[in-house]
Amino acid sequence: MAHGPKPGFSRWLYTTNHKDIGSMYLWFSFTMFLLGGCMALVIRAELFEPGLQIVQPEFFNQMTTMHGLIMVFGAVMPAFVGLANWMIPMMIGAPDMALPRMNNWSFWILPFAFAMLASTLFMDGGAPNFGWTFYAPLSTEYAPPSTTFFIFSIHIMGASSIMGAINIIATILNMRAPGMTLMKMPLFVWTWLITAYLLIAVMPVLAGVVTMMLMDIHFGTSFFSAAGGGDPVLFQHVFWFFGHPEVYIMILPAFGIISAIIPTFARKPLFGYSSMVYATASIAFLSFIVWAHHMFTVGMPVAGELFFMYATMLIAVPTGVKVFNWVTTMFRGSMTFETPMLFAIAFVILFTIGGFSGLMLAIAPADFQYHDTYFVVAHFHYVLVPGAIFSITAGVYYWLPKWTGNMYNETMGKVHFWLAFIGLNVTFFPMHFVGLAGMPRRIPDYSLQFADFNQIASMGAFLFGAAQIVFLFNVIRTVMGGKKATDEVWDNPEGLEWTVPSPAPYHTFSTPPAVR
Amino acid sequence: MATESSYYVPEQSRLPIFATIGLFLTAFGAANWINGGSSYIFFTGALAMAGVLWFWFAAVIRENMAGLNSDQLKRSYVWGMGWFIFSEVMFFAAFFGALYYIRTFAVPWLGGEGERGESNMLWQGFESTWPLMVTPDAAAHGDAAKITGPNAIIDPWHLPLLNTFILLTSSVTVHMAHVFLKKGKRTAFNLWLGLTVVLGALFLFFQVEEYYEAYTHLGLTLESGIYGTTFFMLTGFHGAHVTLGTIMLLIMLLRSVIAHHFKPDDHFGFEASSWYWHFVDVVWVGLFIFVYVLGS
Repeated sequence: MAHGPKPGFSRWLYTTNHKDIGSMYLWFSFTMFLLGGCMALVIRAELFEPGLQIVQPEFFNQMTTMHGLIMVFGAVMPAFVGLANWMIPMMIGAPDMALPRMNNWSFWILPFAFAMLASTLFMDGGAPNFGWTFYAPLSTEYAPPSTTFFIFSIHIMGASSIMGAINIIATILNMRAPGMTLMKMPLFVWTWLITAYLLIAVMPVLAGVVTMMLMDIHFGTSFFSAAGGGDPVLFQHVFWFFGHPEVYIMILPAFGIISAIIPTFARKPLFGYSSMVYATASIAFLSFIVWAHHMFTVGMPVAGELFFMYATMLIAVPTGVKVFNWVTTMFRGSMTFETPMLFAIAFVILFTIGGFSGLMLAIAPADFQYHDTYFVVAHFHYVLVPGAIFSITAGVYYWLPKWTGNMYNETMGKVHFWLAFIGLNVTFFPMHFVGLAGMPRRIPDYSLQFADFNQIASMGAFLFGAAQIVFLFNVIRTVMGGKKATDEVWDNPEGLEWTVPSPAPYHTFSTPPAVR
Repeated sequence: MATESSYYVPEQSRLPIFATIGLFLTAFGAANWINGGSSYIFFTGALAMAGVLWFWFAAVIRENMAGLNSDQLKRSYVWGMGWFIFSEVMFFAAFFGALYYIRTFAVPWLGGEGERGESNMLWQGFESTWPLMVTPDAAAHGDAAKITGPNAIIDPWHLPLLNTFILLTSSVTVHMAHVFLKKGKRTAFNLWLGLTVVLGALFLFFQVEEYYEAYTHLGLTLESGIYGTTFFMLTGFHGAHVTLGTIMLLIMLLRSVIAHHFKPDDHFGFEASSWYWHFVDVVWVGLFIFVYVLGS
């Protein structure tokens, strides 16, 4: 057994080490985050003023589509898988992931899949231009030829996700150190176990729906064509049966990260551990029976509208349990506000705002007013940016000293936080107002009365983008050197990962650790 | 939970990166081919993929025979196969779900029935029936229609019934093979497993005959409206899985006959293949009921 990494670049190509693979996932994710972010800035630059300034409407549509796809599949999901790779084996006292070679395969598919997806930008007819939800018939009858490449890139990134999820489940169920019972697992492990289950359940459905598209486009089937007896609305049902659990795939691991950080910096144990586990499981269950709330205006029977409205509102209950537990953990704690804690507190507040606007959207009659406006854009960016992105950022600052053995620069971390916090609110808060006033989403032009808020939003977007440069610089500096971190790093944090040296050795545990 | 005193930590491996290149070339080549380009990239990728899988499985078998695999690692393979089959279940669920939605909601609404029946105004003259022999296009536009329905459909009580017997029997025979393997009776194992492979091939032969019948005599094709769409996509994906399952069992048979692999207490390669086989059998029962019998 080799005791350290092999020298040279082949280390990264052939590695079976969970830490190497976790790092590759995280760097890949950040690259995609910057790429998708640049596309968002193209969108915001165009929307700085009404009328067409910078890009053509066709290219604008390609930007909204690619921004969504890259952020969802390229930035958020791989970042969580990267954190899972790094942390789950260390948290449960395992030597590595259960199936290390497949782990490497899951990662390396992604750069190839996204190269294929990005290459559609340079193809005849341009990249996919139908939004990240690729509704038929826009994505079938009226789609550019590059759609075929989009479909196959979805297929292989789906294969990557399924293999990654199988690996995580096998690791958690099979590799825990003796004494690490299920209800002793850190919440990050719990939330990932449930997330992995969701991934295996819905990624095949996504594969199914893109296969139906492929057949309709090239082989004459009638899935989404009413002329042959099919129904374009069928696309939306199958897509959102995948799509809604997918939303929770992007937020459940975030809950796990926040549940690790808040107790550390409040210096109190997490309030209501078992209720957190059950709430996570409830959210996962509910995610399968709420999908049509994305489709209230498409023409559904009233019974369907009512069922999906009430089921959606139910989600507020377990989510409320979680927010209550985080707040209660902080209550009367000896709180300090290091960078991970700042991001975690911002998560709790801003994610709750996004949750409340989600509750507004869940009300079917009200949704007829909000549907396809910037209110929806504001809602899901409030749950994804301060939800998924902030939690990933918080997790990186929290565990970076453990990974690198060096402390990050706290001042620079705080600068990053405040720039990002202000930038994101300036970007997305005004979108609530223009949305309620009726500004439609996914359109490169808008009415004059929306100009003020859009200019503010665009300035916020560039501020948020600039904040990420500070982040990148801080991380690179920490990797290169800096003040040495102790093994515990923070003030008496909980978890097996803090019992090993900083930086964590290449092979963390060669024998099972003792679990209290 | 782990009970071992030490852990398995694997060496570096070149397999995954080659598998990635193979998979990428296959996917990119398929898209390129379907869009009218040449098929060379696809076949290069498929060949590479097949080669990588050969070496990958060979490595796993070699490690296991050398006694390198701990009980814990073996359990990981078991979990892996179980969850892989669950992902396949969900893939079929998408297509069964589509069939349910089409039959229960979409077609009746297009025919003017139910709460969204106003969509019939776009396809006047269309009536909701199943099997859907006259498409909305044909009902509304007559001879000018681009998508027309089939002339006839497959009778469930002939070839499909025969295939049901064949596949159900094959689930029994593969189980018998497993029973004899656990008793250490290799000849009986080989015979029962060989019989299973023959039954799998027979099933595929009859399905090809059924498809030939549908295309040449019944006018039932992928293009013949939503009936042909759901019929061929569901039975076609099932057939592809039977093909894969038959190949898997055939490889297990060859491993046993030629190389004398598998021990009474250590044969997960065979067991995983037999799980897969039972899975395609269950899917077929679903198909026979929901596509063939309730569809005619």
